[in-house]
Amino acid sequence: MGVKSLKKREHQLSNTAQQLEILNSGIFAAGGELPKFEDKLKETQTGPIRPKKLEILQLNLGYMCNQVCAHCHVDAGPDRKEMMSRVTLKKCLQILQQTSVNTLDLTGGAPEMHPDFRWFVTEASKIGVKDFIVRSNLTILRANKKYYDLPEFFKVHNIHVVSSLPFYKKEKTDRQRGEGVFSQSIEALKALNKVGYGLSGSGLQLDLVYNPAGAFLAGNQQALEQDFKKALKKDFDIEFNQLFTITNLPISRFLEYLIASENYEDYMQRLVEAFNPAAVANVMCTNTLSVRWDGFLYDCDFNQMLDLKVASPVQHLNDFDLKQLQSRAVCISQHCYGCTAGAGSSCQGAVV
Amino acid sequence: MNKSYYQSQDLKKFKNISDWSPDLGKKFFDYYNSVFEEGNLSAREKSLIALAVAHTVQCPYCIDAYTQDGLERGIEKGEMMEALHVAAAIRGGASLVHGVQMMEVYEKRTM
Ligand code: SF4
Ligand code: SF4
Repeated sequence: MGVKSLKKREHQLSNTAQQLEILNSGIFAAGGELPKFEDKLKETQTGPIRPKKLEILQLNLGYMCNQVCAHCHVDAGPDRKEMMSRVTLKKCLQILQQTSVNTLDLTGGAPEMHPDFRWFVTEASKIGVKDFIVRSNLTILRANKKYYDLPEFFKVHNIHVVSSLPFYKKEKTDRQRGEGVFSQSIEALKALNKVGYGLSGSGLQLDLVYNPAGAFLAGNQQALEQDFKKALKKDFDIEFNQLFTITNLPISRFLEYLIASENYEDYMQRLVEAFNPAAVANVMCTNTLSVRWDGFLYDCDFNQMLDLKVASPVQHLNDFDLKQLQSRAVCISQHCYGCTAGAGSSCQGAVV
Repeated sequence: MNKSYYQSQDLKKFKNISDWSPDLGKKFFDYYNSVFEEGNLSAREKSLIALAVAHTVQCPYCIDAYTQDGLERGIEKGEMMEALHVAAAIRGGASLVHGVQMMEVYEKRTM
């Protein structure tokens, strides 16, 4: 596993067509061992997946990140320079005003590294969406002095902070995300707690995201939440609101890991076996629209990373037409099994 | 026939044992599933017991299944290994405690 992005390493998996080819062949080839996602939907009469009411606008501000996590489906890292322009950001503000979207979700990379981050948050918070999420990797809050005041800034704008912490112990966290990540994350959580985040009665929401450090699925969300709460309180006196368990999807660097560790086939089999028809109704592409840094539109952040653009005449923010977009069918491939395994998985955690 | 008695993919066929005796198979799996539900012991504790017993009965299927089950539950490797040492201690102790019999026989037969 490299410490640079696949793109920088010019790895064949930085080519999305190559990733899709892998997901479509081998065990998933016609007559192969495992059914394609599309066939599974047919068999269970749960497809095609169509969007319901658009509730969440998820903006990927760019792929730059201070970390290079081994499991990253974005293939983010310090060497990624893609970034949303101010023109595109303004366009997003317009769309927020025009639509009844109630959740704005900023992700990346590390969205805080975007030079227009504070300007955009300030402008967007004036529009008054009900839930304004910033996905923070935590370490960025301690990476440089210029970020130290972000907890205060988040508080001023009533941001809902969703942070990734792969585990409540150092070893697993550092193995997945890099040496020193755990202690920095703990410091960041303390800084967030200090201004009120995660404390009951403060109204400042701090949720954590858990994704397994390896080729296995996440267990029961509630049970893990209890374990995280107990351990973080006892060991570090840290509090938070909810824990979201998220399944790793076989995309980008996680796909690289699965193949390199010879876990790919077993992992896909595990996802297929755990297919839960009840989860299909609530996968996040049913209420989310994902915007890439250059304004192209996707059913979700995963499809964005595979460059599966929305199957609609409207594919870019510049031509935004909600009615037309909502009549599309969602683009699917075998990575979608990650969203429907067990209790399901989304950016908001389990879905059933 | 496969060359080896144990094939990892056979674990997935476990449910097929119901084919030749559906009633007993159903009873067994219903019982099995009930055993592992949250009860006076947590499902997490039961998973660790299962892992330890799996090593005692040396069942490769169960070792595979309950190592993965532990990972999913966020059980750490240190906890897993401690559970195994409990199994090993009881196993070793069970051998050693029979030394009492040996000693008794020895004492009885010797002057
Ligand atoms: S997983 Fe998140 S924190 Fe890690 S490299 Fe990717 S975007 Fe950055
Ligand atoms: S990967 Fe995206 S498109 Fe596929 S089911 Fe999940 S949210 Fe929907």
